[in-house]
Amino acid sequence: MGQRAFDEVRGQGATARPELHALERWIAETPPGELKRRQQSAEATFRQLGITFAVYGESDASERIIPFDIVPRVFLPGEWARLSEGLVQRVEAINAFLKDIYGPRRILAEGVLPADLIFGNPQFRPEIAGLRPPHDVWAHICGIDLVRTGPDDFFVLEDNARTPSGVSYMLENREAMLRLCPELFRNFRVAAVDSYPDRLLETMRSVAPHGRGVNPVCVVLTPGHYNSAYYEHSFLADSMGVELVEAADLVVDDDKVFMRTIGGLVQVDVIYRRVDDDFLDPLVFRPDSMLGVPGLIAAFAAGNVAILNAPGNGIADDKAIYSYMPEIVRFYSGGEAKLPNVETWRCREPEALRYTLDHLEQLVVKLVDGSGGYGMLVGPTASRAEIEAFRAALIAEPHRYIAQPTLALSTVPTLSDAGLAPRHVDFRPFVLTGANGVQVVPGGLTRVALKEGSLVVNSSQGGGTKDSFVLMDEPEPGQSQSQSQSAGGMSQSQGS
Amino acid sequence: MRLAIDHRTTYRFSEPQRRLTQLLRLHPGDTSNQTVAGWHVHVDCDARMRHGRDGFGNHTTMLYVDGPVREIEIAVSGEVMTSDAGGVVRGGAEPLPPALFLRFTPLTTPDDAIRAFAEGVRGGTAIEQLHRLNVALFERATVKEMRLVPRRTAAQAFAADAVTPRGMAHIFVAAARVLGVPARYVSGYRSDGAHHSMPHGWAEAWVDDLGWIGFDATAGLSCDDHYVRVAAALDHAGAAPVAGSRLGEGTERMDVDVVARES
Repeated sequence: MGQRAFDEVRGQGATARPELHALERWIAETPPGELKRRQQSAEATFRQLGITFAVYGESDASERIIPFDIVPRVFLPGEWARLSEGLVQRVEAINAFLKDIYGPRRILAEGVLPADLIFGNPQFRPEIAGLRPPHDVWAHICGIDLVRTGPDDFFVLEDNARTPSGVSYMLENREAMLRLCPELFRNFRVAAVDSYPDRLLETMRSVAPHGRGVNPVCVVLTPGHYNSAYYEHSFLADSMGVELVEAADLVVDDDKVFMRTIGGLVQVDVIYRRVDDDFLDPLVFRPDSMLGVPGLIAAFAAGNVAILNAPGNGIADDKAIYSYMPEIVRFYSGGEAKLPNVETWRCREPEALRYTLDHLEQLVVKLVDGSGGYGMLVGPTASRAEIEAFRAALIAEPHRYIAQPTLALSTVPTLSDAGLAPRHVDFRPFVLTGANGVQVVPGGLTRVALKEGSLVVNSSQGGGTKDSFVLMDEPEPGQSQSQSQSAGGMSQSQGS
Repeated sequence: MRLAIDHRTTYRFSEPQRRLTQLLRLHPGDTSNQTVAGWHVHVDCDARMRHGRDGFGNHTTMLYVDGPVREIEIAVSGEVMTSDAGGVVRGGAEPLPPALFLRFTPLTTPDDAIRAFAEGVRGGTAIEQLHRLNVALFERATVKEMRLVPRRTAAQAFAADAVTPRGMAHIFVAAARVLGVPARYVSGYRSDGAHHSMPHGWAEAWVDDLGWIGFDATAGLSCDDHYVRVAAALDHAGAAPVAGSRLGEGTERMDVDVVARES
């Protein structure tokens, strides 16, 4: 690790940052036994609700809940404002990139990206080339994974522009905190996140095809209850008040999408799909698959339905593309990226491969096409045998890997068996893009590595979650206090 | 040359189907050496049809049929004027660059045998190399029209005793890509006046300075004015004349009758 990690409460010092004295006091004054009791109560609720996930590769397919930590992580108003600007810029660039790469491909014509990186990439879907989604929005819901190393030092680890999950944790964690730790919301002006379903629905309606009236029909499309994120699919449909459907509930006729209901067929205008591209339309993507809605891509091509997120988006959040994001942001925004990438060595390049092989003990090595912490080497904590196995894999197929430095991820006090202790965290904020612009939801999903010293926050690898507080500025003098006291009060919007 | 095409596809279902949804790629487009003089697609039942283009620039028709359907016939007839350009295809809709056609797909992933075969013809100018590949394929395989094994891969076709035109084209495409040459699958017609149980399929490969060139390994030759191109894609799955989905029980039987002749 080398340098010491930034602690989000104490900074590099021994006492809390001034704005967070109250949080430290709360931690100190609440007995650990009481914190533990509240944490268990929250986890009992999650179990009851069925917010569970299945761990891939485990033979007993029993569902687990993701552990919840009772101590929130806190963003100060200024920190959040600056972070939001960077997120808006990044997501605008992602949308501009998708529109361009499936359209005129200016970015290739001008030599900013090597063409083979796009055309040789399976995530570039030729079936989608030339199509335009309603209102030219491609990435409506993005989850941008960040790590932090200082008060304003955030780095993007991964862009998720396909079907990012985790927003139900943001909402349920907040529910639990409001119920179990109400005193925190009296001490802090925490921006509300419970407007997320309304904002999502507003986003969906805004991108409905033209001429579909003021109340377009929106649905959530799920692969079904065997999917590990099914709880979230049903939760979102439920809280938006829209239908949760599976592919078999939809039918395409005359290039329009309809939903089967007991009252007959109802035309659908907007689909929030939580189904991978491969299983959207068997006529186009996977002829061997019985899943999907035959004709869906034809309806999309005809402009008769909006699909969130648009098919083909994988090219924007691919790990091989990621290392070019600073160039991509510069190309479309005209300015430098406000949110930097983590330095990345592309092992497809011989020099980068040599550097990686020489520094395996210090680096994180990832599969370009892996996710969820699978196929990943964390050099500093890996055994000799693990490092040698990765060395062999890298030499055999260098183009499949990228390497990054192990950053000193920020820590947040976390309840452990030995009392409160610093644990490393990352962060996934959710960014919504509709026909009227981009907004950052004031909150997100904080994942915490519960094992001491561990940098791997993935839930499949022993990670947990925390609530993420975004603090609002103090109200102007004379303004009513009442609003700020209720956690469901003000919401904050970062339009562009 | 003036070619007349007659192409009938019949589906018969053992049980009535509640709904059919089909994606048709049955409309040829114009190129510098191919002009569509008249073209009709007729479906023998009440159907809604919507025309469009896919990402490869192929003409598409979505066909929507309400049930109950026991049988459907899609009849295509038309006339196309062609001229011989030594296989070079110019003036078609080309929305995607040649570099895209270097990627392997599930149907065109080479195995060791195809890789070795491709290496055996490597060398010389780009065009010589492709002709060698085409002739070598023509000489090693027995071409046979037969009931198609669904989703048979290039590697499976290469290992088989007899190969369909589709299989030949897939092997050509896979081998050309092994050699670093962009290649694609083309579906269409070849006029020989005979009845066939499937539309024809061949390959096109990219040569810098010349463009896309059609190679028919079942003839060991490049394409000439006997050929009508209808659709091109990474493999047959993306260029298939009919991709269909049905809602209903039972089994289906598909029969195809194709005749292409000089008129």
